[in-house]
Parts: sequence; structure tokens; C-alpha cells
Amino acid sequence: MPTLTIDGKEIEVENGITVLQACEEAGVEVPRFCYHERLSIAGNCRMCLVDMEKAPKPIASCAMPVGEGMVIHTNTERVKKAREGVMEFLLINHPLDCPICDQGGECDLQDQAVAFGRSGNRYEESKRAVEDKNMGPLISTTMTRCIHCMRCVRFSTEVAGVTDMGSLWRGEHTEVTTYLGKILDSEMSGNVIDLCPVGALTNKPYAFTARSWELKGTESIDVMDAVGSNIRVDARGAAVMRVLPRLHEDVNEEWISDKTRFACDGLKKRRLDRPYVRRRGKLEEASWSDAFAAIKKKLKGMKGAEIAGVVGDLADMESMLAFKDLLGKLGSKRIEGRQDGAAIDNAVRAGYLLNAGISGIEDADYLLLVGTNPRVEAPIINTRIRKAVLSGLKVGNVGNAEDLTYAVEEFGDDKAILNAIISGKHAAADALKKAERPMIIVGQGALTGEDGAAVLKAVRDIADTYCVKDGWNGYGMLHTAASRVGAMDLGLVTKGGVDSILDDASADKLKAVFLLGSDEIDTASLKKTFTVYIGTHGDEGVQNADVILPAAAYTEKSGTYINTEGRVQRTEKAVFAPGDAREDWTILRALSDVLGDTLPYDTLAQLRDALAKAVPAAKTLDTVPTEAWGDFGTAGDVASGGIAPTIENFYLTNPIARASETMSQCVDAREDIAGEATGTHG
Amino acid sequence: MLQDKDRIFTNLYGHEPWNLDAAMKRGDWDGTKELLAKGRDWIISEMKESGLRGRGGAGFPTGLKWSFMPKESDGRPSYLVVNADEGEPGTCKDRDLMRHDPHKLIEGCLIAGFAMNAVAAYIYIRGEFYREAEVLNAAIEEARAKGFLGKNACGSGYDFDVHVHRGAGAYICGEETALIESLEGKKGQPRLKPPFPANVGVWGCPTTVNNVESIAVAPTILRRGASWFAGLGRENNTGTKVFCISGHVNNPCNVEEEMGIPLKELIEKHAGGVRGGWDNLLAVIPGGSSVPVLPKEICDTVRMDFDSLRDVQSGLGTAAVIVMDKSTDIVKAIARLSEFYKHESCGQCTPCREGTGWMWRVMERLVVGKADKEEIDMLLDVTKQIEGHTICALGDAAAWPIQGLMRHFRHEVEARIDAYHAKAAE
Repeated sequence: MPTLTIDGKEIEVENGITVLQACEEAGVEVPRFCYHERLSIAGNCRMCLVDMEKAPKPIASCAMPVGEGMVIHTNTERVKKAREGVMEFLLINHPLDCPICDQGGECDLQDQAVAFGRSGNRYEESKRAVEDKNMGPLISTTMTRCIHCMRCVRFSTEVAGVTDMGSLWRGEHTEVTTYLGKILDSEMSGNVIDLCPVGALTNKPYAFTARSWELKGTESIDVMDAVGSNIRVDARGAAVMRVLPRLHEDVNEEWISDKTRFACDGLKKRRLDRPYVRRRGKLEEASWSDAFAAIKKKLKGMKGAEIAGVVGDLADMESMLAFKDLLGKLGSKRIEGRQDGAAIDNAVRAGYLLNAGISGIEDADYLLLVGTNPRVEAPIINTRIRKAVLSGLKVGNVGNAEDLTYAVEEFGDDKAILNAIISGKHAAADALKKAERPMIIVGQGALTGEDGAAVLKAVRDIADTYCVKDGWNGYGMLHTAASRVGAMDLGLVTKGGVDSILDDASADKLKAVFLLGSDEIDTASLKKTFTVYIGTHGDEGVQNADVILPAAAYTEKSGTYINTEGRVQRTEKAVFAPGDAREDWTILRALSDVLGDTLPYDTLAQLRDALAKAVPAAKTLDTVPTEAWGDFGTAGDVASGGIAPTIENFYLTNPIARASETMSQCVDAREDIAGEATGTHG
Repeated sequence: MLQDKDRIFTNLYGHEPWNLDAAMKRGDWDGTKELLAKGRDWIISEMKESGLRGRGGAGFPTGLKWSFMPKESDGRPSYLVVNADEGEPGTCKDRDLMRHDPHKLIEGCLIAGFAMNAVAAYIYIRGEFYREAEVLNAAIEEARAKGFLGKNACGSGYDFDVHVHRGAGAYICGEETALIESLEGKKGQPRLKPPFPANVGVWGCPTTVNNVESIAVAPTILRRGASWFAGLGRENNTGTKVFCISGHVNNPCNVEEEMGIPLKELIEKHAGGVRGGWDNLLAVIPGGSSVPVLPKEICDTVRMDFDSLRDVQSGLGTAAVIVMDKSTDIVKAIARLSEFYKHESCGQCTPCREGTGWMWRVMERLVVGKADKEEIDMLLDVTKQIEGHTICALGDAAAWPIQGLMRHFRHEVEARIDAYHAKAAE
């Protein structure tokens, strides 16, 4: 624990940190551009120069490790001059086009120029101009503004794990670029926008739409996958303009995936903004009372056993509880929360959680992936695995071999391998046995087949044999839907799952089906069944719906979600739902009123109380629970065979993403790369 | 003047063949095994006592540098890297050493490598030195065939090999950490220090980077004794040095001389004097393009060693003496150097990337006088904003020539500005 003197103040800091970090601990601000605590040290911007006694020259504080007895000055004339000098150099070739730059108002260069630069301009020569680069549909480039801090290059190489970015040429002709003009092919690419301290890389879909000071930020949670990334929703008036990450060390650090960031334009497209009722085969606009009346009329005399419900991927727990209660009042207990048909068993809570937590991946020393492609199912978790791999984690995979951006030992795409691992006759078994903190993550792809329950049992047995020890539960399930863990906690599990509901519907055994935002099922089977769709977008769910009730998306309501770790978090309302759309639980509450048996909550607070009673775990916000281990899954034969990928296209997994123009452009851009002829084509 | 018996580089001019037989006749590879048998500590202490300062430009004591290498390996191998990326304008000594006397360098590699417990030496040679690389490779083959290199080198029981790596022509790759990056196959950009190469060098292993001349003189120093070398020159500036004399002299040449020889004597004795006589001298850049220029008044008396030149606010650098007679447009000459540094800046850190271009552009205007006199001070201020604020010394190297120019020839620059404005007013 070295002791330093910083600006006359003695401070003891931990070993191995840099002078800049020590200054921060001492509460002394040191300006910087290239330094970023989650990236390697570049030391190239020279903005963080400080004086160190006995050093002949100012030192780059970001790159200098602390030492015992160092005396640092950050407020000397020499430091001031050094900062002014660097600032001047950064600005001489910067276009100073702040009025037309999207970074304006939230620009490090702007802020630090005001704080540390000198006024006036001594540079009379021509300025440099740099050709803009095409980095795909997400990142807008104005490379003349680039100050060569290389944060984007370091991020893409180190964190995202793609070597698409780098710098070309040298000296004042240095250009940051994607090699060969390729787009930045990563699910995490948008983070370079946040990292760029100037306006060189900006948000393309958001370009020229708003100024940062016009926006109202709302701290919320992402629902594009089951990670529950912490986000800030920036809105102007009724429109969500953009989504930014919020710091949460244990979940998303300070990154978010491209879908989290860029799918928000889907919140404005194809929205259901009024109720519809199908009359003579055609959906017609209707008032809320007409829609409710139509439902009441149809349900009259229907038995509870003839009614079922399916919950979609984006549903919050409050909505799901109200949905369950409403159907319960109608006499139905048949509500399914696993619309992808995965054989998740809710008997043991530890059986459907990522028990070690996302940050726990960094504690593991061996990780076996079973039927999951975390790169597309949860890019944030994939990034965390990559981070752990870089510091020693070994990864094996049973399932499709995909480029996960880190080294993976591929064991093959065959479920029967699981049997061999249980019996200890497999390389993966040896690795799990040898590891001190072995981890196994099972994906939904492994559980959706005929023998899904048996696969789950097999994975459970592997975990039981190798991964569950004192103080360490290395079993983890990776969910793909934000609603899934909540649905399991609410017990939305039915015999036969969603397939049986659809079969019964087409066999006329079911008379009415309620869909709570379920858009990932084939609704063709519901043609003859009276179908009520409660949701946000004109997607699959409305195709065969008889009554459509427009609801609020995740940015338009305060809802509780439980992520794949079992962490309870809440979204906050950033904007109002469009048109006549209402928050889901209020719709269900109003409908129950019309149907004659009112749900027992008038406010969100009362609903949350009911939720806390139904699911005690939902009470404690933002912690990873320690759940008791137990038996789950169904013993059975795990047949030899491949594991189907659960996500076909990362950019199109939910109704919001499918409505997003930006996400479609991402799909197109990738098709372009795939189809592009190269020198080796014929 | 250096006596012939004290010359180290006896084949500097290539009058004799470079090959192993000829080299051994000149005394190379003589008793190398016995030198090694005296042990690491002896070699390093001899080198320290000889007072040899690095011949690449910075003049860091060579023995001291070697002593920074870990005595015991922590599992990582150590490496010796020889900087043969001789790119400093005006400098051409290492080139001749390598093409005419490669065995001095190779023997030096073995001894230095042994002293720092290195497993191998890498000679990073400037890409343009194609023939020199050929010679060096052939000489290494000779040494290997003779058992001087490879397993049990020279019968010492020590395994050591030397490899040649050709650069691709970037000046910055002569900076030791950029050289290491380039050697690793990366873009040649200097690394941050600390960690220093002796701790984390090539491929993350302890590494010492030495100039060709520093390594090549080591065997002779050890054979003849530290006191012999230390007896030449003067205190803290000992030994002999290869000077490269170019520019407006009658006989441009490389010459090995004693440290501290007066500049005037060096030029008159070895280079046939300044074109048109000593009085036709305008200025001399005494140590390669990076060091500040000296006007004739100083050249009359200055001695050529590290400390004497530092005292006149210049430097010995690589000892590349660039002589300019009165026909020289000194402003244009320095502007040309500014262009060189602008072109060779790696672009990694801000002051150098942005500042070198700025300085060059102002210099180009000063060449024709198209500027205000206040801009001279502004330019000097810019040089100060670069100097000492960069990752490597290229920023300093770009700043110093301009500072030297303004220190001694400001009147010339001002006269030009006056002339330009006078003409414009007409």
C-alpha cells in the first residue's frame, strides 16, 4: 500500500494502480481522452500529464504505476501549460464544427477545451480533412473530428473481440478505420459511440434528431434479452430518442448490446395504438368498451378448461400476475410462460437461474456451454465470458460451433455427449473434475427438442456431479427472454407446454386463448379459436386475433423483471404509451371489471404487494439470490442428435426489434458482407 | 588524433574482405571463449569501467544498461536486440560497420548476450540495407559453421544464436520500443515506459536494445582492457567513436576518432576541410539531424563529445557531422528536417502527431519570409509544447533543430520576413 502525496495531500492507495487513479481517489481531477478504465492503457493523448517530483519531464499519469513516496503535482504552471499545449494540438486539426456535430453538449473535447484549454487560436495553416468510413448502419463517422485516442480500436479488439478496427498510415495522416472498409461486425459495436470522446463516431439512427440537453433521461432496464442490462432511456416529448448504458458492475458493466441500444426506433413503428375487434373476418378499430364488450360476449358460458393463456418474451411480472389472476377468475389455470417450448422445470428455483451470477463467470475456471450461443443470446454475458477467458477461463462447448470471439474447445454438436460426461468418460468431464470452480451453462436450444426435459435432467446431473460444491453453484441457465424467469417464478408452466395449447386450439378443445404479447408462436393454429391479444406491436400475435388490446412497451411502464441470474430489477416509465394504448395491468384490471369479477388491486403499489405475496423473491431488488440446489428435469433417454440454435437472427428476436428499421438494416448489412465477392471468389 | 594502434574498426573502409578469415586476422574472435570464461560480472564491470556510453544517440552508459537485466530468469528468456535501423539523417556508420566488419558485431552480440544471460540476439536492420543484411547473414552463417554461434558457442558451454530481422523503412523503428513492436510484427509505435525493455521487452521478456557500434566495440574493449578504452577521450566521454562527416566538405567520410577531438580538427584532418576553407563555414549539425545546429563561432572551438556539445546546447547524438557552408539556405535546411520529422512521426501521441506538421508548415513559410515576426516566438512556444510531452524522443528531435535555428540564426529569419514584407509593400 504505497503512500503518495498528491497536491500536498497524503493518500494511501492500493498497489498496482496508476497515478491517475490515485489522483481520482484523492479527489483531484485529471483530464484525459485516451484513458478508459475498462480498456488497456494507451497513453497517447498526453492530456493527463502531471508533474512528479524528481522527474525531469511531466509524466503521463494514466500510464505511471504508483510508487512509494511519489510526490505528484497537478496544479503547477508546467502542468497547466502542458495541458494547454495538448489541448491546442488536439484542436488545430479538429474541425470545430460543434454546431453541426451530434456530440455537441456531451463532448469531452468541448468540455475539456473549456476547462483546460487556452482561449484563442494560433494556428493559421490549413486543417486536415479525413475521409469518412463506412462502419455500417449503426455508427456514423466524421473522421475529421477524430483525435486518435484509439479507444474504439482498443474496445473492439479487447472487449468485443473482433479485429475489424485499427489505424492506418502514420503521423498526421493516421486514420482510424475498419480494415478493408468492412462494417464493424460485432453485436457490441454501438459501445464505440459512447467511448468516442469526440464526434467522430456517433449514433447513426439518432443523427441530427436531438440535442443532449433537450432529452429527459429515465433510468431503466433493458428487455431485449434476459440479461437485464441497466439502461438510460433518453426521450424528448413522447418519443424515445435513444438508449444508453448505465453502469452496473455485476450486470452489464458499462456496455450494452446493439439490440438494446438501437432497437428503440421499433417503439415507434407498427404500434398498436387503439383496440381492434374482428368483425366479419376483418379487424376494425374499436373503443375500449366495445373491445371489452366483445370479449365479454364471447366468453359468456365458456368453461375455464376451455380457456388458456400464453405469455410473451417481454412481459413484466406485474402484467403476468394480473394476467394469471384474470384467467384464474375465468376458471383457467392453463397459462404458459415458455412460448419457445423449452422444457424448463420450475420445481427448483436454482434449476432455471444462472446461479453464480454474471460476474461470477469471472470466478469460474472452467465453463461448459451446452446448446447455447451466448454471442447472440446474450452478448453482454458473452463479453463477460470473453473477459474471463482473457484472464484464464477455459471454455468447452457441446452444441453448434460458432465464433464466440474467444477460444472454445468444441466437443461436437451431439446431445449424447452429455451422457458420456455424466459417466465421466469424456474430455469435458475431466476438465470439469479438474476445475476448482467449474461452471455449466445450458441454453434454451438444448431444451426445446422432444427430449428437452431429459436433456435438462442430464445437465442437472452433470452440474450435480461436478459443478455444485460448498459455496459454489456453477449451474446456470441462460435465458433468452426478459420475462422467462418471472414467468417461472409465477408458475406459468403447463403440461405439454405451448404446443399442447396450440394443438388443443386447432382441435377445438380450447375455445378462447389470451396472448400477453406472445409473438414468437405460430398463431395459425388459433384461427378458429377466439383469441385476445394484449400487446404492443402489429406482429405475429395479431395475425389471428379477434380482439386486440393495445398495451405499453417496456419504456412506457414501470415493470418488474427478473433476469437470468434471478436479479430483480424495474423499468421506469420514460414516455407514455402511444394513442389509446394502456399499461398492461390496467387493461387486465379494467377487463376484469367488465367481466364482473374485479381484480383486487387499484394501484400499481397494491399490485406489487400482491406480487410480493405471490413471488417473495420479487421483493428484493438487485441482488443475486442464493437458491437451494435440488432435483429437476425428467429422467429419460437423451438421444443422439444436434442442438438447434435458439436464435435465428440476433437482430430480429422480438416485436420491437422486428419493427425497428435499424435492426433490419443490420440484417441487410450482414447479408451484404456474406454475399460480397472477394479476390478469392472464382 | 587517434593513433592507428588504438583503432577498433580496422576495416572501416572495406580495404580487406569482411569474411571470417580476414576478420580473425584482424583479431576478431580471438580468445572469445576465455573472455566468456571470466564471467558475466567481470564483463559488465569491465564495460562499466570502460566508460562506454551508448553510441545510438542518447549516450546512456552501456555497462549500466546491461546490468539492469535480471541476473536470474523468472522463467522468461532474455534477449539482446541490436538496433541496426540506422535512419538518423547524416548517419552512416553502422552501415559500414556491418558491411565491412560484421564479425565485430556478431562477436559483440555473443559477449553482450552472454553478459546479460540472453538466449538470442536479434539484429533489427534497416530494410534499405539489403546488401548489408546479406553480408551480416553470411557472416552469421560463417560463425555458426565455425561453432562460434549456436549450441556451445565458442566452446563456452553457452548456447546462443543471432538472427537478422529486416525492417521496412520507418525512422521511428529506430526508437527502441518501436523497434521491439516492429520486431514482434506490429505497427512500429513506441511503447510507454515504464515498463522498460529490461523488464518487459520483446515478446514480454527482458530485453536490452543496443546500437550496432556499442555492441561492436565491446569485444575489443574487453580484450584490450577497460583502462585502455577509458584512457582515450576524457572523463565521462571515453573511447573512440566513428564520426560520419557529410555535407559541404571536400572529402565526406566515416572516420574513427578519439572522443573529444575538436570539431575543426575532425573536419580539417579527415574530411579535407570545409568546401572553400574554414571561413566559408556557416554552421554544423554535430550529431545527426535531431540535434541543434551550431554556428561557426562555436564550431571554431567545440570538442566532439557528449558533455562538450551538451554545454553548447547541442548534442553528440550519433556523431553525424553535417557541415553547411555559406551557400546554404539554413532556414530551408532546417525546414527540410522539419518535413522529415513530420513525415516520420508515428502518429500515436498528440503533440508529435499534430505538432510536427504545424512546425513544418510554419517553417515552410519562414523559408520565404511569409510570416510575422511574432510567429518566431510562437513557433518556439510550439516546440516547447512538444518537447518533453511525447511518448518517445521523436517529438524532442523534431523540436530541437528549430530551437537551434532560432537560437543562432534568428536574425536570418527576421531578415527574410522583412524582405518579404518589403517586397509585398512595393
